[in-house]
Amino acid sequence: MTTTSTASEDSSRLAQFEARIAADESIEPKDWMPERYRKQLIRMMAQHAHSEVVGMLPEGNWITRAPTLRRKMVLLAKVQDEAGHGLYIYCGTETLGVDRHDLVQELLDGKAKYSSIFNYPTLTWADIGAIGWLVDGAAIVNQTMLAKASFGPYARAMVRICKEENFHKRQGYEIMATLARGTGAQRAMAQDALNRWWWPSLMMFGPHDKDSTNSDELMRWGIKRKSNDELRQRFVNMTIVQAQAIDLTVPDADLKYNEMTGDWETGPIDWDEFWRVVKGNGPCNKERLDARRKADADGAWVRAAASAYVEKHA
Amino acid sequence: MTQSPAERSWPLWEVFTQSKEGEPHQHAGSVHATDAEHALQNARDVYARRNEAVNLWVVPSVVITASTPEDVGPFFDPANDKAYRHPQFYKVPKGVKVF
Repeated sequence: MTTTSTASEDSSRLAQFEARIAADESIEPKDWMPERYRKQLIRMMAQHAHSEVVGMLPEGNWITRAPTLRRKMVLLAKVQDEAGHGLYIYCGTETLGVDRHDLVQELLDGKAKYSSIFNYPTLTWADIGAIGWLVDGAAIVNQTMLAKASFGPYARAMVRICKEENFHKRQGYEIMATLARGTGAQRAMAQDALNRWWWPSLMMFGPHDKDSTNSDELMRWGIKRKSNDELRQRFVNMTIVQAQAIDLTVPDADLKYNEMTGDWETGPIDWDEFWRVVKGNGPCNKERLDARRKADADGAWVRAAASAYVEKHA
Repeated sequence: MTQSPAERSWPLWEVFTQSKEGEPHQHAGSVHATDAEHALQNARDVYARRNEAVNLWVVPSVVITASTPEDVGPFFDPANDKAYRHPQFYKVPKGVKVF
């Protein structure tokens, strides 16, 4: 970064860059890009990677208590996938000239954001079903869109992730469907999980378009291809039908079908709750970070041993 | 809880996967690892959890030399004006179907 380019050179490069975006070309790490594009990508991709990593915690909570061996194997595989997804995205972020260790350190220091959905507790086994069905379902809607992002490494990581997420969603829905046709208590457990995870899932898509500070820029640069509200609507339309199929009801008295648009319209989302959790005051924010820090500290000797081994054999 | 300098210096390796015998290796992503064997194990866990590979290559990222995006024009120019390398360049008599 020792270039001392003049302002006019920069503006012509910016024009070229914007023309490439307009032509749907893929931007690769060594291509010239505006500093702001790089910064926004690093911010967004790091948050995404952190979300995959923190996302292991609510589900990890149930691995030892999964009701059958089949469910336990599935959950282990899913949680391992989430670790892999974190690594794909960290690896993509590193192509922008940042070090993964700095990103991880920011997370451990409590300076980095991750998806607020993971600050809610997993109180019952049905929550594992609700997470797979709703949280991974929402993530697929978002990530399918990001698989067409203008930055090549991000888009390629998303293609890989989307292929794997489909199993995550289906295993979650299978858990919910099984509970929903079980005993009265199992049905009630499934409904309770849906009641608690429904609204936070809708919040995963972020603020309404009119209140979203980053959306315009991300869409202008082809990082995002659809707005928060468009993606949320797609998720709602898909999910209502799936809930009906297993006789569960989303906790929204205002929900109605619009014959004209073919959309399911939800009641108002509680954005005060959303901002409360984003700002660190959700039910589990502290617990999640403490668990990450403990895992990092507990794993330190393994990393030290690997380094010592290679030094000895160098 | 800061990471040790040794840990930070784990080099980056580019991972290439061969999906089937007879297919070429393709770039999949990268991993951090202490040495080649460690890199292979990490690459298997990260990029081949669903039989995506029958063979893996790991290459230290620092030894890869790539052409630069700025060169895209001049560097590949020699190929542009050689239409005669393509079969469509040649005329064959009408009605001849063997081509």
